[in-house]
Amino acid sequence: MMTMKKFFQRYTPLQIAIHIYAWSALVVLVFNFFTHNLTANPIQALEQRTGRHAITLLVLSLACTPLNTLFRWSELLKRRRALGLYAFMYATIHVIIFADLDYGLAWSLIFQTIFEKPYIIVGAITFLLLIPLAWTSFDIWKKRLGKGWKRLHQVIYLIAPLAVLHYAWGKKGDFFQLRGEIIRPLIYGVIVIVFLILRIPAMRRALASVRDRILFLFRRRGIQTEITPP
Amino acid sequence: MNNKYKSIPVKPSEITPYSQYLSRRDFMKAAGILAGSALLASCAPRATETSVPPTARPDLPVKMDELGDPANSFEDISNYNNYYEFTTDKTGVASLSEEFNTKPWTVEVYGLVNKPKTYGIEDLLSKFTQEERIYRLRCVEAWSMVIPWTGFTLASLLKDVEPASDAKYVRFETVYRPEEMPGQNSPFYPWPYQEGLRLDEAMHDLTILATGLYGQPMPNSNGAPVRLVVPWKYGFKSIKSIVKIELVAEQPSTLWSMVGPGEYGFYSNVNPNRSHPRWSQASERRIGEFSRRETLMFNGYAEQVADLYKGMDLNVNY
Repeated sequence: MMTMKKFFQRYTPLQIAIHIYAWSALVVLVFNFFTHNLTANPIQALEQRTGRHAITLLVLSLACTPLNTLFRWSELLKRRRALGLYAFMYATIHVIIFADLDYGLAWSLIFQTIFEKPYIIVGAITFLLLIPLAWTSFDIWKKRLGKGWKRLHQVIYLIAPLAVLHYAWGKKGDFFQLRGEIIRPLIYGVIVIVFLILRIPAMRRALASVRDRILFLFRRRGIQTEITPP
Repeated sequence: MNNKYKSIPVKPSEITPYSQYLSRRDFMKAAGILAGSALLASCAPRATETSVPPTARPDLPVKMDELGDPANSFEDISNYNNYYEFTTDKTGVASLSEEFNTKPWTVEVYGLVNKPKTYGIEDLLSKFTQEERIYRLRCVEAWSMVIPWTGFTLASLLKDVEPASDAKYVRFETVYRPEEMPGQNSPFYPWPYQEGLRLDEAMHDLTILATGLYGQPMPNSNGAPVRLVVPWKYGFKSIKSIVKIELVAEQPSTLWSMVGPGEYGFYSNVNPNRSHPRWSQASERRIGEFSRRETLMFNGYAEQVADLYKGMDLNVNY
């Protein structure tokens, strides 16, 4: 058994925070479900909340790279996998609730719904695309796939906007015309677009130079900074 | 016109305890689902709890609609609301609307009428016979409830003001009070809320102006002090907190058809065969029930209202 000291040497605060968030959100949901605290329509509430946690974790995993570019916090790069896998966990629960609790595993009705309704098709595609990424999250696959691994995981840049579209299309309103109940999907959409833009090499360099300028200002004022070569 | 949808008094001795009431089909479905999801075993009791009406007077009959389904509880009806004037959070409307001022309240009835009039809420309550109507309400989001409204027919009000011969439609408007209704500050909707009916729909005996719920004055979260209930249409047609009723010659625009013209039409009759563009309307979840149920044409009021739409293509006129 690890001592407390060794535990906190092995696991960083950020790691602990991520695991606590991911699991406590689930505990809260389950607790609320069984104590009848999930609104009068608990199945819809479960679907919506697991979906929100999934997309939130997805967006957090996307935030790691640009935040590292901006703040040189390299630990963030190591946390992407946990965030992504938790996003997949919630997406899976979300799909199970849809298929089982909501549609009672009535497969003909489920497939009819999937193939007829755009927002469900998009949701289904998003989930299916997540599966190979989740499956190959582990180091052994990096060896097996070599350069292909990075290519495969870049599919997340397709998955993220699809997830936002699925979210937006489930609401009453017109997302693209800014009418109706769209504020939350809109916020996620804007964040995802910003992160996608920041992946463009030119934008990434611009972000890095912003960081350098901020560091320079701090240095001028004599504030200690971790100075790493650009 | 038969009165199937009106309140049917039931002798206490005839009341089936709700735990036994769940139909065999629902029970078997629920049992089948539970067999496949062991984790959810304790959901079965959950399904019974929310539908039992307040038991302060256990001798009162369980209210049911004309199809035999029990009314949802007062708690559920007044705490699960789509009332975006306050918030889009369904469970947040009740607390945000608690302080909403409903006295004094006037409803102005004007337009193409011979005798325009402004009614105070007291006038509406005293002048027109109030009765209980137990109706299904089907939301466009595919959930539904059974609700025991108290109200009076819109027809009796319209007869009082005498619509002119060129009046073809009725337009309704909700109060506009952004200082008391935070959601009305949202730029994503063209406030105030507007709705409309064809004159024959408005004159139909099923169409009521509701002033109460379970015999109590209308809770704020349900659209106090007076709202429309048109049970064969999607719930958003049943406009809340009405201040204006206007008789017009042209089909009026409605808030939701302005927000999503391809999705929310003027008629918005409950129609399992006409899907919302992004989700199906073939089934719904009755609040308090575990499994989905199939949606009925005109929300189960086909016998009473289908005639209004004879010859109309309901996929075009959605």
